[in-house]
Amino acid sequence: MTMKKKKTIFTAVVLAILLAACIVVDMTLPTYHIAVTVIKKATVYALVAVSMNLLNGFTGLFSLGQAGFMLLGAYAYGVLTIPVAKKASVYQYFDGGAIPFSVPEIFAGFLGETVGTVVGMLFCLLIGGLLAALMAYLIGLPVLRLKSDYLAIATLGFAEILRAFFQWNALGPITNGSNLLKSYPTFGKATPYVLLAGLMIAVILLLINSTYGRAFKAIRDDEVAAEAMGINLAKHKRMAFIISSFFAGIGGGMMAMYMGTIAAAPFKSSLTYEILLIVVIGGIGSITGSVLASFLYIFSSEWLLRGLDSGTFLGINAPDIFKNGFRMAVFSVIIMVIVLFFRKGIMGDKELPDLIDPKYRRKKRKEAAGK
Amino acid sequence: MSKSVLKIENATMQFGGVVAVDNLNLEINEGEIVALIGPNGAGKTTAFNVTTGVYQPTNGAVWFCGEKVIENHPQGKMKKLYKGEHDGEYTHVLAPTPDKITKMGMARTFQNIRLWKSQTVFDNVLIAKHCRATSNVFSATFRLNRKEEARQRQEVLELLEVVGLADVKDELATSLPYGKQRRLEIARALAAEPKLLLLDEPAAGMNPQETDELTAFIGEIRDKFHLTIFLIEHHMNLVMNISDRIYVLDFGKLIAEGTPTEIQNNKRVIDAYLGVAEDA
Repeated sequence: MTMKKKKTIFTAVVLAILLAACIVVDMTLPTYHIAVTVIKKATVYALVAVSMNLLNGFTGLFSLGQAGFMLLGAYAYGVLTIPVAKKASVYQYFDGGAIPFSVPEIFAGFLGETVGTVVGMLFCLLIGGLLAALMAYLIGLPVLRLKSDYLAIATLGFAEILRAFFQWNALGPITNGSNLLKSYPTFGKATPYVLLAGLMIAVILLLINSTYGRAFKAIRDDEVAAEAMGINLAKHKRMAFIISSFFAGIGGGMMAMYMGTIAAAPFKSSLTYEILLIVVIGGIGSITGSVLASFLYIFSSEWLLRGLDSGTFLGINAPDIFKNGFRMAVFSVIIMVIVLFFRKGIMGDKELPDLIDPKYRRKKRKEAAGK
Repeated sequence: MSKSVLKIENATMQFGGVVAVDNLNLEINEGEIVALIGPNGAGKTTAFNVTTGVYQPTNGAVWFCGEKVIENHPQGKMKKLYKGEHDGEYTHVLAPTPDKITKMGMARTFQNIRLWKSQTVFDNVLIAKHCRATSNVFSATFRLNRKEEARQRQEVLELLEVVGLADVKDELATSLPYGKQRRLEIARALAAEPKLLLLDEPAAGMNPQETDELTAFIGEIRDKFHLTIFLIEHHMNLVMNISDRIYVLDFGKLIAEGTPTEIQNNKRVIDAYLGVAEDA
């Protein structure tokens, strides 16, 4: 049991240090600083990546609908939080829109300005999640009968349809058609993002270690055996799909907060691929891996390699080579190298506390000796 | 005196034009160990799959503890193709999925071991307890089911103790030697708290010594967990030693049934296994 205690302390210390670092960044740097942006975007990606990992990594359902569910969450958040006073200018082509209220303002009415707004914002995030979950339930009815690649294609198609649907002019009074939704309240600082996403990821982690999470893993490992041991496949797959989509919806709402404006365009399938890339790089079946990979991914693509696009990188000034698009070329090479050297992703299926576990180190040595 | 646990009634399983199980009738009473034997391809595993809900029989019914749990009759294009008997006697369709059958109290093992590979020995058995869990996903996630979880863990520990796998409980299931993996699969089935245990070739790939151990083990668990056991096996030593009764299948048809001694002296069984001489 001492090992268990050691692991708990280790995890708590690491998380506390990370949170403290985030608070320090918030206090010392202005909100438009690149470090704050990176933290915000990375936490949102981390949450969505973990939700995708729950489905793809832990339940073994290869779904590519994440962007669609994020879109739902983002729109739900935006539509419900735009202040009444701003509606006329946001929905200028649709006579101020069809929704005459703003949830944070309602909450502000009886909880006070600051608290009410924050509660209202969180409430709208929740609604976005629930909407995504509801949609997942409906989509899941036909789609979850499919397996592996077919499931991926069906969910991908669903996400693309949803994106086109949200740009439809007839829905304009709600979604503003293909125009931007903007002027809604957001969190400027990074800490609220970290806390929110951290909380959600903690819930997912609790789920994965519960009896239901174990059932999900059994389905991933061997469906036939799982069913023979009394695990209802349809029910558990649907459950995983709905829960994963719920958190993707919340992630979408947070993405809307981070971006400041909402349009359907960013929620393309390429967003899903980005998330999938993060899951694979981090390690399929590792929550820590997904979080770590999303920070590394966002940090290098947004900050570290930025110079490759704008002329100067690591002090080398070569505007002829470091042109727009060069960043992605280098980035692709890095990803290939990572995939080659970490076949199972950075973390494999290990989690943060396992890093100090001598059992894993021993196993690695054993494996090396075996080869 | 003893009540029937499993009754397979006129079950026919036809795949396209192939009749894999042809009008199978068998009955297993409480506390018995019954073996189903037959040459390769006789339809033994198909019979198992029909019983556990993996396949839906083309025609016929399965009763479990006095209740009809599976029933089917030829439908669609099978109506024309059906070659079996008792056509038209069954009119209902009862087709529970395997998980429902397991919840009713039937648990099985597989011919080729199907353990959950990425899980430890302990977790493999613990997951089988999931079907007996009463908590919903919220109470389980937010740990409101502590009592149940603790009880299940305790039960799994005790079970592992009984089957002799307690010392390897934290090993990965796939790192166990073959014989122990077989044993773990049985332990996993036991964790689902069955009344009837179905073993599909439990001694496949075992050496004589391991087979003897397994024979003793099966008898032990029958007494300890008050089980009824239905097994498929090719190791005749094992079958003859522990079975109360034996059913013999050949080309999907039941050709004999009886006690081990009766079966050993049954001419049709010997013919099925050894072949019939051309000019005899």
